[in-house]
Amino acid sequence: MEKNKYYRDELPENNPVFELDRRDFVKLLGGGLFIYFQLGSILTGLAAESEQRKSLPTDFNSFLHIGEDGKVTAMVGKIEMGQGIITSFPQMIADELDVPLESIKMVMGDTELCPYDAGTWGSMSTRVLGPTLLAAVAEARSVLLSLGAEYLQSSSEYLVIENGVIAVRNNKSKNVGYGQLTKGQRIEKFMDVKPKTKDFSEYKLRGKSFRRADAIAKVTGEAMYSGDFRMPGMMYAKILRPPSHGATLVSADTSEAEKMDGIQVVRDKDLVAMLHLDPEKAEAALAKVKGEYKFDEMKVDDKSVFKHMLEFPSEARVVKSSGDVETGKKNAEMVIESEYHNSYVAHSPMEPHTALAYPEGDKMIVRASTQSPFGTQDGVARELGIGNEKVRVIAPFLGGGFGGKGSFLQAIEAARLAKLTSKPIMVQWTRKEEFFNDNFRPAAVIKITSGVNKSGKMTMWDYHEYFAGARGSDTVYDVADSKTTSHSARDVHPFGTGAWRAPGNNTNTFARESQVDMMAAKVGADPMDFRLKNLKDERMLGVLKAVGDLFGYEPAKLPSGRGIGIACGFDAGSYVAHIAEVKVDQKTGKVKVVRVACAQDMGYCINPEGSLIQMEGCITMGMGYALTEEVLFTGGDIHTANYGTYQIPQFSWIPKIETRILEKNEAPQGGGEPGIICMGAVIANAIFDATGARLYQLPMTPERVLEAIKK
Amino acid sequence: MTEKIQFELNGKKVEMPLEKGQALLWALRTNFNLTGTKYGCGEGYCGACTVIMDGEAVRSCGIAMEDVAGKKIMTIEGLAQSGKLHPVQQAFVDHDAMQCGFCTPGMVMNAYGLLLKNPHLTREQIIEGMEDNLCRCGAHKRIIEAIESVAQTSAV
Repeated sequence: MEKNKYYRDELPENNPVFELDRRDFVKLLGGGLFIYFQLGSILTGLAAESEQRKSLPTDFNSFLHIGEDGKVTAMVGKIEMGQGIITSFPQMIADELDVPLESIKMVMGDTELCPYDAGTWGSMSTRVLGPTLLAAVAEARSVLLSLGAEYLQSSSEYLVIENGVIAVRNNKSKNVGYGQLTKGQRIEKFMDVKPKTKDFSEYKLRGKSFRRADAIAKVTGEAMYSGDFRMPGMMYAKILRPPSHGATLVSADTSEAEKMDGIQVVRDKDLVAMLHLDPEKAEAALAKVKGEYKFDEMKVDDKSVFKHMLEFPSEARVVKSSGDVETGKKNAEMVIESEYHNSYVAHSPMEPHTALAYPEGDKMIVRASTQSPFGTQDGVARELGIGNEKVRVIAPFLGGGFGGKGSFLQAIEAARLAKLTSKPIMVQWTRKEEFFNDNFRPAAVIKITSGVNKSGKMTMWDYHEYFAGARGSDTVYDVADSKTTSHSARDVHPFGTGAWRAPGNNTNTFARESQVDMMAAKVGADPMDFRLKNLKDERMLGVLKAVGDLFGYEPAKLPSGRGIGIACGFDAGSYVAHIAEVKVDQKTGKVKVVRVACAQDMGYCINPEGSLIQMEGCITMGMGYALTEEVLFTGGDIHTANYGTYQIPQFSWIPKIETRILEKNEAPQGGGEPGIICMGAVIANAIFDATGARLYQLPMTPERVLEAIKK
Repeated sequence: MTEKIQFELNGKKVEMPLEKGQALLWALRTNFNLTGTKYGCGEGYCGACTVIMDGEAVRSCGIAMEDVAGKKIMTIEGLAQSGKLHPVQQAFVDHDAMQCGFCTPGMVMNAYGLLLKNPHLTREQIIEGMEDNLCRCGAHKRIIEAIESVAQTSAV
């Protein structure tokens, strides 16, 4: 999909509604057509997603409302954290419903107003929620069409719909608008059959690029994040943290803090918090608190962690197997055995975890920076010992998430304090707390034994993933004797770990694509040609060829000295291939990424510009875990506390970035994560091509690059 | 008697009780409810809190209120004039130069500060001048292009 093939238009500004309560909301919506969602009926995708977490909705919430003024309100439990569904969902809805784009209003991430949703992660908004949402829209359209037929005394096959107006095909002066049809009545429909949605050929708004719908709010500072809400009497809470993971509070001396003006000290079991109307006063009070701890930390640090993990008792699970790897190994003409490591990586969204909680009647209202409003609702309800219906969570704009805001400790803290004090409480983590409490991308080890014959055919593949996560671990190549094993265990890490943008896949793709490159080098093949020969999947072949064209790739044997690397992978239903060019300073070991090209097959692309932005973001963010990002620690003590000790990509890093989305009339797939998975491998392979040095550990810091060059 | 300080905020004279050591960032966010200026790191690494003080882009998390007396402060809320986006803001919109948007006010204010000093910034000067404003979503490419487009038309 070439960018310039599509016009770019400005989507009317769309700020999610954050301010309404349910009564106001229903009153505001008034009459009209409501399309309700009913769990466990047609919504297989959504049901599957919800099964992963408990909590079923206690009532029905509508997905869609068409008002008497013709305005369409769409309610989704997803949140906007920059990925752009605030722009692409209205495109999908308006297109399916045949209404103007500007008539769509989004209500997002509100447990009171939106149907249940497990969380915004896994690049699932478009590919999993999308079909369900579109089914609701198609249902609405068919209801309106039959109402229209009645009104116009015609039959629906003689009618056309344009811009929310139903007209007789041969006499368009005979027409009626959606709003008029619903005037003075309240029509409620529960979806029980799946109405047919439109075919690709009928799309008018989908497939075109629209500017971000939240852009104006974001450039003016008007966009509201959790920390931007204010309540009368709101207190800022600063919470006592242990010095390390594994440390337990024995006693806390708060006497000095209590002497400060306006300070309210709250102590409840493990929770010690300083409250003040002024956040800096609360912080100053916290600095006067002396905590005594007992320590039970793991004896491990950022260097010994890989040995620790391999020695840790783990459970092996075969992810996929074909043929027999033992025989394959015996018969292979050449065998390569390698071990890959990657360090703990932080999510580090620019907005730290933040939540405002306040009691309202017998309810607790929580505005939280969370990727899972309904998960947060569950968590808060459980913590406070009240029913889910007594907790309303609203997620306004998120200042980034990347998987890290699937955890919602800050919301629990705010809600506990609000309950204890009956006051509005703002919990806004400092950057140090954000690093300390983060559920890091796990450190991991990958072991691969692979065989190749002299003609360049991969013959065996024995892959072992330790604690990375299985996503992306399966080989994408066509290998007769192949086995993928995932090793996992509880409590292997000295602190929390969790899903980090394309969880597992960054580590797995780094290892797999490095190994494939080594085999190509071993047989003297061009790495592009080697991949094309060993792949059968047409879509993977498609993105590789596309990225070759985009980059203007010329074949060469490895290492060519040019500093060009290739990698490909599969994530969230989408195929990606990258080519990168690097310059390596042989004296310092510093790597400069000069150029990155990326081709992506994501099925049908709803908003090409929005998807290109995600690809650029993935490439940029991915350079960080590839080159610098690494959490340093001793036992449970996290040394990384701020950006002085944790370097994320900056402006001077930005290479020439070229992106292409393949044009496909296939079901839309994920776009928020795939573009990041190859970044470790593509840079590692480019470093090898430049220097002949192979890097086996992420991040590829100057020290590690120098060490590899010396070998 | 509480000591008071006066300064100019987004073109208006304002007065507030002086709390020595209070950071400008928190005064803006809590005393004036100007929440467009963001807390990102509190130690001057990230630039999410960037505002203009007497024509210079500064990190509001590191400026104590006693040093603000008599100064002119402009925040993101003061940049658009009579409902019209400033050319830098418009360029960010036109280039889709943001994702989550949390770093955006700081990016816009830092870019505005750079352009105040030199309306004809080169690409290299933009990169150097923006280097210490952090963005986690990876909007850098578009941010550079947005600022370049303003520098080329010298719209500031």
